[in-house]
Amino acid sequence: MTNSISEVVDADVILVCGSNTTETHPVIGAQIRQAVNRGAKLIVADPREIPLAEEAEVFLPIRPGTNVALLNGMMNVIINEGLLDKEYVENRTEGFDELWEIVKEYTADKVGMICGIDPEDLKKAARLYATAERAPIFYAMGITQHTTGTAGVMSTANLALLCGKVGKYGCGVNPLRGQNNVQGACDMGCLPGDYTGYQKVANPEARAKFEAFWGVPLPSKPGLTITEILSGAETGDIRCLYIMGENPMVSDANLHHVEQALRRCELLIVQDIFLTETAELADVVLPAACYAEKEGTFTNTERRVQRIRAAVDAPGESREDWIILSEIMSRLGYENSFTSPREILEEIAQITPSYGGFSYDRLEKEQPQWPCPSPEHPGTPILHTAKFSRGERAIFKPSPYMPAAEQPDEHYPFILTTGRILYQYHTRTMTGKSDDINRIAGRSFVEIHPTDAAKKGIAQGDQVKVASRRGEVIVEARVTERVSEGVIFMPFHFAEAPANRLTNNVVDPISKIPEYKVCSAQVQAL
Amino acid sequence: MLNLVVDGQPVQVEKGSTILQACEKMGIEVPTLCYLKHLAPEGACRICAVEVQGVKNLQFACAALCSEGMEVTTMNERIAGFRRIVIELLLANHDADCFSCPAVGSCELYKLAMDYGIEKSRFKRTKKPRPKDETSEFFNYDPAKCILCRRCVRTCNEIQSNRTLSLRDRGVRTSVSLPFGKVFKDSSCVSCGNCVSACPTGALTTKASKHYRSWELTRTRTTCPYCGVGCQMDLLVKEGKVVGVEPADGPANPGILCVKGKFAYRFIGHPDRLKTPLIRKDGVLSPASWDQALDYVAEGIKRIKEESGPQAIAGFASARATNEDNYVFMKMMRAAIGTNNVDHCARL
Amino acid sequence: MMEQVRVVLDHAGDISPISSEEYLRIGGYQGLKKALEATETIIDTIKASGLRGRGGAGFPTGLKLSFTANTQADQKYIVCNADEGEPGTHKDRIIMVEIPHRLFEGMAIAAVAVGASQGYIYLRAEYPYVATILEQALADARRQGLIGSNIMGSGVDFDIQLFIGAGSYVCGEETALLDSMEGKRGEPRFKPPFPGVQGLWGRPTIINNVETLSNLPAIMVKGPKWFRSMGTERCPGTKLFTLCGNIAHPGVYEFPVGTTIRTLFEEVGGGCPRGKKLMAVQTGGASGNIIPASLLDTPMDIDACAEAGATFGAGDLMFMDEDSCLLDVLENLTEFFEEESCGKCTPCREGNTQLLRLIREFRNGTAQEGDLNLLLELSNVMRGGCLCGLGQSSPNPILSVLRFYPDLFVENSYRKGDLAYA
Repeated sequence: MTNSISEVVDADVILVCGSNTTETHPVIGAQIRQAVNRGAKLIVADPREIPLAEEAEVFLPIRPGTNVALLNGMMNVIINEGLLDKEYVENRTEGFDELWEIVKEYTADKVGMICGIDPEDLKKAARLYATAERAPIFYAMGITQHTTGTAGVMSTANLALLCGKVGKYGCGVNPLRGQNNVQGACDMGCLPGDYTGYQKVANPEARAKFEAFWGVPLPSKPGLTITEILSGAETGDIRCLYIMGENPMVSDANLHHVEQALRRCELLIVQDIFLTETAELADVVLPAACYAEKEGTFTNTERRVQRIRAAVDAPGESREDWIILSEIMSRLGYENSFTSPREILEEIAQITPSYGGFSYDRLEKEQPQWPCPSPEHPGTPILHTAKFSRGERAIFKPSPYMPAAEQPDEHYPFILTTGRILYQYHTRTMTGKSDDINRIAGRSFVEIHPTDAAKKGIAQGDQVKVASRRGEVIVEARVTERVSEGVIFMPFHFAEAPANRLTNNVVDPISKIPEYKVCSAQVQAL
Repeated sequence: MLNLVVDGQPVQVEKGSTILQACEKMGIEVPTLCYLKHLAPEGACRICAVEVQGVKNLQFACAALCSEGMEVTTMNERIAGFRRIVIELLLANHDADCFSCPAVGSCELYKLAMDYGIEKSRFKRTKKPRPKDETSEFFNYDPAKCILCRRCVRTCNEIQSNRTLSLRDRGVRTSVSLPFGKVFKDSSCVSCGNCVSACPTGALTTKASKHYRSWELTRTRTTCPYCGVGCQMDLLVKEGKVVGVEPADGPANPGILCVKGKFAYRFIGHPDRLKTPLIRKDGVLSPASWDQALDYVAEGIKRIKEESGPQAIAGFASARATNEDNYVFMKMMRAAIGTNNVDHCARL
Repeated sequence: MMEQVRVVLDHAGDISPISSEEYLRIGGYQGLKKALEATETIIDTIKASGLRGRGGAGFPTGLKLSFTANTQADQKYIVCNADEGEPGTHKDRIIMVEIPHRLFEGMAIAAVAVGASQGYIYLRAEYPYVATILEQALADARRQGLIGSNIMGSGVDFDIQLFIGAGSYVCGEETALLDSMEGKRGEPRFKPPFPGVQGLWGRPTIINNVETLSNLPAIMVKGPKWFRSMGTERCPGTKLFTLCGNIAHPGVYEFPVGTTIRTLFEEVGGGCPRGKKLMAVQTGGASGNIIPASLLDTPMDIDACAEAGATFGAGDLMFMDEDSCLLDVLENLTEFFEEESCGKCTPCREGNTQLLRLIREFRNGTAQEGDLNLLLELSNVMRGGCLCGLGQSSPNPILSVLRFYPDLFVENSYRKGDLAYA
């Protein structure tokens, strides 16, 4: 997030696009609703009529995979009606002509056709957003999990820049990270091309710095992404895979392909707190302590570093992840010097400019947001207030709308989109262990529009078969107008009927994110 | 800034501060019931009565604003007598079966009654409470214990903004209820449990709280392990087991949690947790010692690295693990193994 | 019978309540015309008149208007409190049924004074036929350009809408009334902020009683000096008095403030029917003090009432003859407050139910030792500690009976001799 969560309660207009916030980030969802209580106007763009849509001033039930067209359309209206922040565009951005070159094609009428929405609603949304003083954009996987995910992300930024809403209180571009420490894992350099704090592997200076700090030579070539690693495993190029605290056997797209890849691995090491679907395929399973049994830090979606603390003992012989990893490193001939997570954060702070100001002592008193380069630095609640990471000016990176990789056809006439539900989390490794939760939301389902259900002879609660080119699952039908005609929705949490057996593992060319949000499917009554 | 005197001591507060805020600043304790930090002041329970010099009626600290030169008295015989009557009134229609109440030890009404030396109300019960609602999977509602401070209703409406809880009827028949006479199970309730966290008595209690008393607990402040919001919360531990969670007041969470943070903690001590390393032998994962497992891993990595180079090895770090764990994982892949093939499910 | 002094009810009943033309013919809307010509001086004129609120609290009207006039806002409101829910009070109904244009004119004057463009009349749900009259009269005034846009050709906009309550006594309390209008449960708000600064939808809002607003046209036309020639020094003008109970001629009568209760009882009301002797009078309304017949010479004036232990309130007088039982009366009144308490603050919600229980114990002769002390202690806590006027004043009848009839409770208690009140 460029801005802080608490700012949302002061917003005038809030644009939520591709985030079912009240279910997936409920505490932010509550704060969005607080803002609405105080008079803020809400714009919701989502293929489903998510709970927030009920209180939206404008709800845009867009066809899955059309975010870029929608955002281009909003920019088209804003520029045509002169609602852009001319001074901001002039002084703090470049590439406006290139932006216009692309978005000029996206008239409200055209976008209405592409997205399946009323052009007047699009105009209303654009005017509301552009003319508001404080207007944050919130988005999540509904923007990113597409073959055009990067273009979607860039387009949200274009929109905010166009209206001068970056670097200001109560505004910004605010991706909501789905997992507790996905921000931290990225910050820590668990990315094939980045060391900590986004210092680039490909940058010789950065590499030299880490080589000197760690005392070993380091590879210069950026590594492979998850999807590439799994493909590599399938072809035999990757022979050993070490998985710590992840469950790709439920979470990844096209599970059949994932399973094949994992089975081909010669040495599959899984370190986790439960014997997950992935661990069941492993050659070695290492039992880890969970968050309640150890010390450490998480970095939340607003870049805030906060402590976790041990409340109970880890069960049996399970150990903290860093201890297991250090043991292995030592056996591989590399000795770590630290003896506690406190010391690890000290090392991180030494080598990571944006984390330079963090220490366990400080985090007892305050929890600043990075960049926080020194112990005296107060942290950064709002990014880009004076300049951007690339310099004085941000550059518009416009993209034309590209349809999703798979389009409905005769055999697979529905668009299947996937997501989360309130009561479950990710692959249910954690939430699935609570009986009370499972009694409320213990089984998968597919949402289907009443008209489609009637055509297929499907009634509420029927067991149906949902199939795609990659597989099929049997789930319960929920007949509801929350989805539009031609669109079906499934949560991906449930290993018994995994939505990701159906999803398409075709990826965005830059981010390598699979297109979880759109694939073609068919539904049959059983 | 405003200058005022509280209990004879001068204090400076910002304009717009309430008397309660001035008292907090000075460490003077004024009892409250309907007050909660993130809710708009209600000034309704009347327990926070204080005297302001020159004002005939008692003033109510949680909602009354400070003014320049104000002189406040927070305790004297008149104030104590007033508060005593308020407590007695609340006790009259409160089902005080404290022995079986899950809130015993943390009940704010009980504490107030103790503080003001009230063993029994001089008033008598005048209303028949509405029936209990135990239909939620996570908590119970017992109207007989409700003192109508409305912290739950206001939390549900103002903070969680879910508008599930409301009030029905009026006067002494007023009760916290769900619209159209629904029960929790069939309502718009999202099981966030924030009403339960807000309740000062045993009217709203988690189902799990039957099994512990507040004095048996230790509390550990930590960060929620679910989504990326980073809510601050306290783990409640009894005899080495996590038995509950309470929201803390974090920068990202104004004293609230969601159903996952509040209630989905059972995985922590779950019997299915992995307790020993496992190594696959003859196709079956079998228990092994740490040395065996770690050697097995290290030998395997070394062998593959020798045969195919470090690029044949890859690792998935975890969006669930700590910064420290991820840092060490990344360092292992790069510095100890020699590959940049490290990624995690940022994209999922 | 004594001649009434009619200011608010001047010509009431003589003309059609609907027709603005007829009201104009008797000099109606001249006060508004004057106000529109000299906007800046309205509040000074009203202040100089000494007019005080006629709803019961007696707050100086000019001062109230000046708070709202001095608050900057994009929108301000005038709300007329016509939620006449006090048992035994019918004065506002008479104004609205007989001469509603005077109320509209008064609202418009107040609106012009503070810069409000929208007014509301919050009418109690139990007056449906009044609503019909008001709607018709409003439509007529709108047609004549007296309300709506560009009133009387002045360029000023002011419209009035009718809002019907939902049958709750407490919504007569100004902030509960606002909550009710906002679609919420009608419950009093914590003050400050006062509605004059932060009222309806958070905007500065003038809330005044029907009778108060209906005084403004005459004050504008005839001036403060004339107004001060009636009534008392600290409460000038006339008052509508509602006479009810055991009285030969019940009804609403307009007389100068300061007219004695005896005058109203004997010369206006014609005494108790069937030659019965008067025992007591409840003054000011259901939450007012009950005084014995010996205090009949008390003038109905805010200060004089307070001094004598009576209540001026909304000007109600409920007469009780020698056959009445004061404990019956107290039970009846307390039942009303117990029923009408909104339930928000502890002392009112829990207090009224306990008052009722205790009164019944005394009435049934089952009171216990200590109950009288408890009744007194609780009544005093409620008077000083309830959130709004309902709770603060609901023990008044009990406390006044304890004062004027100290033996009554003892006589009705099994355990005599524990009377703590002297």
